Amino acid sequence: MLVHSKDDQRSDLAELGRSSAAPLHIELGRRYRFAASHRLHTEALSAEENARVFGKCANPFGHGHNYLLEINVSGDVDPATGMIANLAELDRFVEREVLSPFDHHSLNEDVEAFRGVVPTTENLCIEIYERLKKFPKAKVERVRVQETSNNSFEYDGNQKGSAS
Amino acid sequence: MVLITRKIEFAASHLYHNPALSAEENRRVFGKCNNPHGHGHNYTLEVTVAGEPDPVTGMVLDLKELKEILEREIMQRMDHRFLNYEVEELKGKIPTCENIVRVIWELLEPKIRQGRLHRVRLYESADLFADCYRNGAAC
Repeated sequence: MLVHSKDDQRSDLAELGRSSAAPLHIELGRRYRFAASHRLHTEALSAEENARVFGKCANPFGHGHNYLLEINVSGDVDPATGMIANLAELDRFVEREVLSPFDHHSLNEDVEAFRGVVPTTENLCIEIYERLKKFPKAKVERVRVQETSNNSFEYDGNQKGSAS
Repeated sequence: MVLITRKIEFAASHLYHNPALSAEENRRVFGKCNNPHGHGHNYTLEVTVAGEPDPVTGMVLDLKELKEILEREIMQRMDHRFLNYEVEELKGKIPTCENIVRVIWELLEPKIRQGRLHRVRLYESADLFADCYRNGAAC
């Protein structure tokens, strides 16, 4: 026999109260890694200004990072598979759109989007979001790009910049 | 509002198989996760509670109590268990991260009486996780 304590009754009531609350929102998160080089430099500034603004990131031959990319997607969980999106499909899409063109490449030289655009991780994050938001099987909520373990950047497509 | 997060780890086995699909379809959809005897993961669970610190104790909630809730509701139910066969709440469901995180949310939410449950994040590995929120609370 189940004996309900007062605490249980309270929590049952709390549950009833919540049953009319907003539905649950589930996101799937996936992490990927790529290594790429970049140089922070703009023709719009003088050599001195570039050195002042970008410091050693403006060194002429560039340098590289091991980037960590995190993507969160949302959507209905298919009862037949228990999944928001098939992981193999998501992995193939990210491989094609981001990892293959970026991994072991120079962002400045090899990625068209960074011709004339400084490949800061802010801009990299936006470029990756723009590529990944086209994933047809789920909604891309946001991407997070970690440049080093001490700095990371997130973008959810909201250009007004208010945090969600 | 302050967010407070407690992390626990548990080890469990599972497999993905939908009896409504043929053997070939199961293999195609689930790949090696469909291997018949299952496989296991070290799961990491992060539970985040939101609230205002109590002016007397300085706490959003008593972490000791949260620890006990997690032990009772999650560890005893899932740690060193075969999720498909031994966890009642997952019967008839494919035990993906998405489904497990929802079950964990539903187990924990009614038990947390100080603050309110803000986010449950379940890692199946360092590179794969699922988040659960009440809609509108995502951040």
